[in-house]
Amino acid sequence: MGNAIVKRILLVIPVLIGVSILAFSILHFIPGDPARVILGERATAEAVFELQEKLGLNKPLYVQYLSFMRNLVKGDLGKSIITNESVTIELFTAFATTLELSFLSMIIAVVVGIGAGTLAAVKQYSIFDNVSMVGALAGVSVPIFWLGLLMIWLFSLKLGWLPASGRLSVSFDIPRITNLILIDTLIAGDFAAFKDALQHLIMPSIALATIPMAIIARMTRSSMLEVMRQDYIRTARAKGLSENVVIFKHAIKNAFLPIITVIGLQIGLLLGGAVLTETVFSLPGLGRKMYLSIMARDYPMVQGGILVIAFFFVFVNLIVDIAYMYIDPRIKVE
Amino acid sequence: MEERIELIDEEKHEVQGLWSNVFKRLRKNKTSMFGLFIVLLLIFLAIFAPLISPHDPIAGQLSLRHDAPSAEYIFGTDSQGRDVFSRVLYGAKISIEIGIISVGIALILGITMGIFAGYYGGIIDIIVMRIVDIMLAFPTILLALAIVTILGPSLVNAMIAVGIVNVPKFARIVRSSVLSVKENEYVEAAISIGCTDFQIITRHILPNCLAPILVQATLTIGTAILEAAGLSFLGLGAQPPMAEWGSMLADSRGYMRQAPWSVMYPGFAIMITVLGFNLLGDGLRDALDPRLKE
Repeated sequence: MGNAIVKRILLVIPVLIGVSILAFSILHFIPGDPARVILGERATAEAVFELQEKLGLNKPLYVQYLSFMRNLVKGDLGKSIITNESVTIELFTAFATTLELSFLSMIIAVVVGIGAGTLAAVKQYSIFDNVSMVGALAGVSVPIFWLGLLMIWLFSLKLGWLPASGRLSVSFDIPRITNLILIDTLIAGDFAAFKDALQHLIMPSIALATIPMAIIARMTRSSMLEVMRQDYIRTARAKGLSENVVIFKHAIKNAFLPIITVIGLQIGLLLGGAVLTETVFSLPGLGRKMYLSIMARDYPMVQGGILVIAFFFVFVNLIVDIAYMYIDPRIKVE
Repeated sequence: MEERIELIDEEKHEVQGLWSNVFKRLRKNKTSMFGLFIVLLLIFLAIFAPLISPHDPIAGQLSLRHDAPSAEYIFGTDSQGRDVFSRVLYGAKISIEIGIISVGIALILGITMGIFAGYYGGIIDIIVMRIVDIMLAFPTILLALAIVTILGPSLVNAMIAVGIVNVPKFARIVRSSVLSVKENEYVEAAISIGCTDFQIITRHILPNCLAPILVQATLTIGTAILEAAGLSFLGLGAQPPMAEWGSMLADSRGYMRQAPWSVMYPGFAIMITVLGFNLLGDGLRDALDPRLKE
């Protein structure tokens, strides 16, 4: 198995190189002179020249790529054109918000998805089965930005239960240590702030969880149904085990493999969905940062964001694949 | 020569048999028939939107802004005093166009890549599949965002972007179908009687990969509509005042307190449309491969 894992890790290298080339070339794919595009039509020739120098656009392409890669290895993604701050630092601050949001969404999606899927399989063709599967179908088809707006309308505007936007109410001043607000508020020992931060995350994480939740529920149901037909389940029942023991000790364990794959695949979906969710709820996360940078033509930030997201995504998929090999040693890297 | 013509005729006969069986099985599946109904209704609305819609979708009267649903304006009016119902109807037309064009782009590129990789193998296969891997290293909406950044925001560019991000799905499916079909004796026979690669691919390999491609295309129309609506919601796709569902949501989100209906109906239209294509796609998959159905 050690060999298989090494092989899987080596497969990541060409993908990462490809991603870095893609991120690098974004600036060069733009029609026209990037410096002119960034500064706008009315910029003076000197200003354009100065920016070209600053971005290194006057050097040969391969020199530019090599220095881009050299800085990348050092963790230096350049400076934002808009704020002049370090791209690396800004991205990681934003990434913390996205991480909290995605993590909470994933917990909701996994708990509700596996729960509903298992119950639907155990009570196949019951009302619960039908209702939850229709719900799951609607869940895969729903535009999450619309769902987010509806929740804001109902829970913020009509009922006034939850805050409509932002990450933390302005009245709280918490020292940012990890930038994960939930953890920072706990470190500061400010439970009122923790509750406020959590309230800000509830609606966005439910909206973001919808699609993965629906997909996990459907996968769990079909995987459980498949397992429940196996001989060892009949044996377990025949030897007089209670239905709960059959389901929780024998069935779920064996139904887990395809479910884990699906969960792994959803992580990319969460990162993508974060762009829309963060926009709807004005959360200062990576998705919103990317969107704003694209609109502002802040290309170093866009390049950096693409790299961070793609690297994270590739890394997560790697972990999922390796976890997979541990769970089912029969699986080999193709 | 005559014998060859006969052979081809027989093949056609086989194909027809398969499709009529598929349709028989599809008809028995209630949920997929519901999906088909939604899709057909949508196409009907898209074609006849100019005849059915009671008001102009673009021109509004500011004196009528934020009017609640009534007999005259059954979905109410938006912030510009435009009829939400008429805009939703015209939105069906735009969404169908988005779905078909972007999936068309994905199909053409994906099938070409998949055939080259699967049929020729070797270095071509390695290069094509690495490109696919790199594309899959990005969350789809983000890749679409990056493409629109390069091309500039517009509906056409959003369709191109959504088309490109869906290429890997088709490339992979076609490649694996080609790999399995290629091993069949009839392909060997075609090679031995001197058919060109082009003939073998278009006459023998592609028709036999059609089922999985069709299922994936149906499902992808749904996701493509969803993704394009997302881009338009962000302001990167359809531009105002176009009656596109995603950009209608973006227009109205600031007026949710005054006119919640102008947010509810466009979003609901997106959901029903995507649901229709998903139900139909699921049903087609079950009908084409009954072994998969439980």
